[in-house]
Amino acid sequence: MYLKKNIATSESGFIFNPSSGDSYNVNPVAAEILQQLKQGTALAAIKENILKDYEVEPMRLEQDLEDFMNQLKEANLLEN
Amino acid sequence: MKKMLYESPSIQKLNGGMMNKFGTRTEYEPVKQIDGVAVQTMMAQYGSPLFVLSERTIRRNYQNAVRAFKTRYPKVQFAWSYKTNYLNAVCKIFHQEGSWAEVVSGFEYRKAIGNGVPGNKIIFNGPEKTNEELELAVNNGSLIHIDHFDELYQLIILSDQLNKKPRVAIRVNMDTGIYPMWDRFGFNYENGQAFSALSKIVASGKMELIGLHCHIGTFMLSTDAYATAVKKLGDLAWKCKTQLNTSIQYIDLGGGFPSANTLRGSFLPGTDNVPSVDEFAEAITNGLLQLGFGADELPLLILESGRVLIDDAGYLLASVIANKRLSDGRRATILDAGVNLLFTSFWYDHKISPAQDFTQHSEDMVLYGPLCMNIDVIRQSINLPILNRGDKVVVHKVGAYNMTQWMQFIQMRPNVILIDEQGQTHLVRAAENLQYVEQPERMPEHLKPIDL
Amino acid sequence: MEKSDNLTTIAVTGLNAIDSPGPGIAVIRALRDGLAKPLRIIGLSYETLEPGIYMHDVVDKTYQIPYPAAGSDALLRRLQYIHEKENLQLIIPNFDAELHNFIKLGPVLQTMGIATFLPTQEQFDVRDKINLFRFGQQQGLTVPKDKIINSIAELNSCEESLGFPLVVKGKFYDAIVAYTMEQAQKAFYKLSAKWGFPIIVQEFIDGTEINIAVLGDGKGNAVSIIPMRKLYITDKGKAWAGITLEDDKLIKVASDFVNATNWKGGCELEIMRTKKDELYIMEINPRFPAWIYLSAAAGQNQPAALAKMAMGEAVPVFTGYEVGKIFIRYSWDHITDIKEFHQVSGMGEL
Ligand SMILES: Cc1ncc(COP(=O)(O)O)c(C=O)c1O
Repeated sequence: MYLKKNIATSESGFIFNPSSGDSYNVNPVAAEILQQLKQGTALAAIKENILKDYEVEPMRLEQDLEDFMNQLKEANLLEN
Repeated sequence: MKKMLYESPSIQKLNGGMMNKFGTRTEYEPVKQIDGVAVQTMMAQYGSPLFVLSERTIRRNYQNAVRAFKTRYPKVQFAWSYKTNYLNAVCKIFHQEGSWAEVVSGFEYRKAIGNGVPGNKIIFNGPEKTNEELELAVNNGSLIHIDHFDELYQLIILSDQLNKKPRVAIRVNMDTGIYPMWDRFGFNYENGQAFSALSKIVASGKMELIGLHCHIGTFMLSTDAYATAVKKLGDLAWKCKTQLNTSIQYIDLGGGFPSANTLRGSFLPGTDNVPSVDEFAEAITNGLLQLGFGADELPLLILESGRVLIDDAGYLLASVIANKRLSDGRRATILDAGVNLLFTSFWYDHKISPAQDFTQHSEDMVLYGPLCMNIDVIRQSINLPILNRGDKVVVHKVGAYNMTQWMQFIQMRPNVILIDEQGQTHLVRAAENLQYVEQPERMPEHLKPIDL
Repeated sequence: MEKSDNLTTIAVTGLNAIDSPGPGIAVIRALRDGLAKPLRIIGLSYETLEPGIYMHDVVDKTYQIPYPAAGSDALLRRLQYIHEKENLQLIIPNFDAELHNFIKLGPVLQTMGIATFLPTQEQFDVRDKINLFRFGQQQGLTVPKDKIINSIAELNSCEESLGFPLVVKGKFYDAIVAYTMEQAQKAFYKLSAKWGFPIIVQEFIDGTEINIAVLGDGKGNAVSIIPMRKLYITDKGKAWAGITLEDDKLIKVASDFVNATNWKGGCELEIMRTKKDELYIMEINPRFPAWIYLSAAAGQNQPAALAKMAMGEAVPVFTGYEVGKIFIRYSWDHITDIKEFHQVSGMGEL
């Protein structure tokens, strides 16, 4: 699963989808995940990285990631 | 290296017309302690959910209300409205402060007696009073507020049997410009019913007519309505004096002052549109002083305030059970306290604060309780930081009516603690257990054996 | 931030210069025209697409503020933050719905060194539609008769006292003209379901609508009165073009109102002139109208005069204005960048 190529992400936590014109606000953990998705990092690796950097249980992260990816899909931000 | 603080990833679409979150942040500043006692500590010791009462706030509210009236009018008496919160510890605080008791059932009446309130300082209101209860009240010299003609005749008969003169008042209902009008209680002023009842009482010669009572509604936002009520009761008092030769010793204006909660659907938060006790006191005492009674015959003013004295002294602490996403994409957070404990969430948008730190990211969410029941919604829509499982929240201003109207549906009622003025916590009602709930049940013999 | 003694910093709300515009941009334009000292204008906005936020020639910097429903406490905290950065001298709020909070905060803002020039809560309340008729009667102002009702049964008695047609109004918004009892009942149910009780039933007044922009000094004097008739309206009933009028009777109605209330600040009277030349006060908006720049163009710059009074300057009562001055509203597609939109949405300032 990849982020669509033309999605613009900014340091300050905004993303912009040029094909729909929609803008989004994300929190720091989400911004981190998006950054890695954009670089083409695989989900499993992203999970590892987050676990390494953040104070979070693997089970919890697993759930959250699934929820987040679903939201990205809903928002039409992922490459099919 | 120390790991960073984690928060569930969240993405929110920006739209042009969207309500901005700047400034609404105050709604969710963390509340980590109550009267100097840490929320986490209380929950660790007494469990979750947990009701917390602040003795300091109760006393401060009471003293403030007394000051507001006594500085404006010489004869004032408060009577604690038991139904608002009849935990004995709460009642005792009010009685220590000098408050009488206002009760609306035999159950509450006996509670007041049990709390050591002298019979002649108990006001007995309400539409249902059994013969046995009335007899008790008559013998104790309590103030019996008659609600309807049937009760009036019941008392006449009883006074014959007991050969005692009950001390009575009537409850009056009237148009004070408030909608809806509470005309189901008491005798109507406008159509002359009230005066007719007063005439009957005096004519019977069996009762001592000493007061007039009304309770025009609850959560009243208009001070004018009280001024109108004073005028109308004052008019009745004059007629009692001039036409019935009976001087009225007290005027009881009931309760009804609002707490600073926010009514559902109201535009402004309660803290901004609710008149203060001083404003009510001003309207009421001005009205009383203009009735035309001489300084020596001014009636005693009785108030039966409930929610305004206790609502903001009560907190409900709860924990997050789970987060989920609804079919329309909204976040839903499930708490371990629902409408079973928070009856008032049906009419208030209770303020709810997280009890721990969080980042500035927030989301609109629904807050559900733990009941397996669709109506179990604490807040239909609230902007809060993302709460993790196990996080704690503080629900504010829950002191009135919840600890009397709570229901025992699939869950048991939790501990209630009181923080005293020194910051010590006391258990004032222990969490219920299965044994307590089943204690009144009886099992028919033939249902005992079971073989599955 | 430059902070010379010479710089006057004024915060203004109502930057929504859209098809049904708020007055903010017009107020700022008048301030820039009418005040001699260099000005720094701080915009206060509720939504992220209020055009004024992005009009950097008009507004120097904008901060988002909490919606009125968040309460005065939330507003105060946000204003404290803004004040720390900007050292505000004056705030001119321009929305009906926010006034309650600003009036309430007036004394606190004053202690912070921020002036306001607003009606008192009592002044604000008497012109509320629920109270207007009673107030008008007491003060000898001509106001349409009305009845405040809470039940459908009370509607019947309105027929006798008001006759048909009559206007059924919701507590906050909406008005429906009813020609029969059946229509009135329908309107009653519709409006009570939407806005709750009470319902206001008002006598129907037919005539020509005239608007008057008024500035009161809070002591009973009208510092400025500019009457205007709309020449053309949009489909939402908003002025598209309007012209200043000369009529002593209109001036008198406005000065009587200011006199009766001691109105402090700007306001707009909506007047209906009947065929018999009676002048009814239909409604009173407790702030400047969106067309307020016309007052400056006609020679009585009301926003600038308000700013001066708020900051302690004595302002003499204006005499004379240009009659026949016309405003014609036009729209303009302002261009900005996604970065600015993100900045406002995410950071709450631009
Ligand atoms: C007779 C009477 N008195 C007093 C009260 C207390 O009212 P409140 O909590 O609105 O002050 C009530 C409440 O319903 C009541 O019925």
